[in-house]
Amino acid sequence: MKKIYIPIDSTAVSLGANKVFKLIEIEAKKRNIDLAIVRNGSRGIFWLEPMIEVETVEGRVAYGPIEEADVTSLFDNEFYNGKEHPKFLGKTDELAWLRNQERLTFARVGITDPVDLNDYINHDGFNGLKKALSLDNQKIVDEVKESGLRGRGGAAFPTGIKWQTVLDAPSEKKYIVCNADEGDSGTFSDRMIMENDPFVLIEGMVIAGLAVNADQGYIYLRSEYPDALNVLNEAIKTAEESNYLGNNILGSGKNFKLEVRRAAGAYICGEETSLLESLEGKRGLVRYKPPLPAIEGLFGKPTVVNNVISLATIPIILSKGAKYYADFGVGRSKGTLPIQLAGNLKNTGLIEKSFGITLRELLFDFGGGSASGKKIKAVQVGGPLGAFISEENFDVELDYEAYSKLNAVVGHGGIVAFDEDINMAEMARYSFEFCAIESCGKCTPCRIGSTRGMEVIDKITSKNEPEKNIALLKNLCGTMVDGSLCAMGGMTPFPVMSALKYFPKDFGVDAEQVEN
Amino acid sequence: MDDTKLKTHIDNFKDLPGGLLPLMHAIQDDLGFIPEESYGLISQAMKLSVAEVHGFVSFYHHFRTQKSGKNIIQVCRAESCQAMNVKAIEAYIKDKLKIDYHQTSKDEKFTLEPVYCLGNCACSPSIMINDDVHGKITEDKIDQLIEEYK
Repeated sequence: MKKIYIPIDSTAVSLGANKVFKLIEIEAKKRNIDLAIVRNGSRGIFWLEPMIEVETVEGRVAYGPIEEADVTSLFDNEFYNGKEHPKFLGKTDELAWLRNQERLTFARVGITDPVDLNDYINHDGFNGLKKALSLDNQKIVDEVKESGLRGRGGAAFPTGIKWQTVLDAPSEKKYIVCNADEGDSGTFSDRMIMENDPFVLIEGMVIAGLAVNADQGYIYLRSEYPDALNVLNEAIKTAEESNYLGNNILGSGKNFKLEVRRAAGAYICGEETSLLESLEGKRGLVRYKPPLPAIEGLFGKPTVVNNVISLATIPIILSKGAKYYADFGVGRSKGTLPIQLAGNLKNTGLIEKSFGITLRELLFDFGGGSASGKKIKAVQVGGPLGAFISEENFDVELDYEAYSKLNAVVGHGGIVAFDEDINMAEMARYSFEFCAIESCGKCTPCRIGSTRGMEVIDKITSKNEPEKNIALLKNLCGTMVDGSLCAMGGMTPFPVMSALKYFPKDFGVDAEQVEN
Repeated sequence: MDDTKLKTHIDNFKDLPGGLLPLMHAIQDDLGFIPEESYGLISQAMKLSVAEVHGFVSFYHHFRTQKSGKNIIQVCRAESCQAMNVKAIEAYIKDKLKIDYHQTSKDEKFTLEPVYCLGNCACSPSIMINDDVHGKITEDKIDQLIEEYK
């Protein structure tokens, strides 16, 4: 029997993977060819999706992007024997996109069947958990600390220190909460982990529970990801049936229960305290800190709140050791970052790389330049609260500290490229508009400042006392930065001010007017 | 509105910690929206005021208090889709269905909603119809999809 792989990842499906799958099934039956079709995850080479693979004696070979119209000729050319075809891409592992990555967190993604537990185990699955079960709490936390892992949701807080705080907090009840409210535009790495390798997230959460003595976990999942919901629920059920979750995990006497809770379309609920309010069944209003969620979190109990990628990286840190992980990366940005290339780029998708790669390498070596063929004018890194980067900074190494010096953020690793047709004043105005739509309303500078910000930009672009209004805009942004509890109001000024600084012409003003 | 149905949902969630969120999802999944007439029963069972229930529902973009059309089309307005000219797509859909955001077409087949990111940014512009995401959207694809889902 010939083994072929057709991705079930929702981006692949959004480009017709399910239709291709059905046609291949029908055609195989018609021609009496025995095919074992695996619905694998995506390799993250999204510009080649739907990308199908065939197992050959020399390894897997790929074809893509496959349209429905290609199916007949694929069979005519005996693709199931790994033969030539105009859409033949060669050996999957040798594709430059994959060869030039360091896949640690995403080691299995695209290779395995997401909900096949044996496939997971055969690809090093649950080795981290087994290791963790042989260690005491402090040793697990130490391992995470030594790895240098920092929160991949965007805030980059050291994960091990957060865990230590929860471990040290005296309480009978503690929680592990996974922040899966991936709302930043240009990001999809959380979605890919959840849809394509759900067991790694489950394993990471169980280890977190073991580390801090928590026996209950929640995955707070955005409602825009229905496929991830189904995959996670299926994987949780399978893990429970095989004793990787639930009571007395693998005979250790330790318990951990896990539940997925669907969010309801509020961007602000990606902020950890707002998320906790929402999980408690309330409006997602941001809380004051302190107390930190690590001390008083969900239902007032000590709580680890970690992003999907942070938790999904825990198993490899435990199984291969902190040093192995920390040897990747630069400076204080240790390990790897799943980078998502999006927007106006020829080649888009997911790349896991050590910290230290430059935007120029990402945009041109991986991304192949803009999709439109026009000049890339600006790049927004780190989601809607991240600064716009202009070409003069394309060579800055991607690491938390270097970006901080630019008044920019690495955030969740989302990279959105814009070509020269974009008007940056419109993008700055949109940043305020988005803030106005998504503000929880607690802090006045965010709730009202966002709307006033749109009005001030309108005045500048319509040449209504531009100098006075530029001063007002700067003042407003300063108030939002200083007077907002969370990053929504506190960081919306980043994209706004970067747009004004680097692209004053789009606002109808010149650089001197901005600087004064 | 069917009170027995509502009571079953309430019973399923009233003792669950943080149960209001999954309860509201259950009601909307079942009825297509959360009728305001249900607030009384919900508030009693969840030990909240009616105002708190209203405040909860109105906070979240996902929840609706009015019936939607047969299909819900969500158009992604976020940055990656803007970089791939979703504004033109947005205008085309609005013109084709003769509705604006938060409205339902006359034949009640489609409700149009904005959304801020579908996690399909590698294939912008994207829209979601009910639970299905569609990437690299063009005007032709919209024509095709609207025929398909009608």
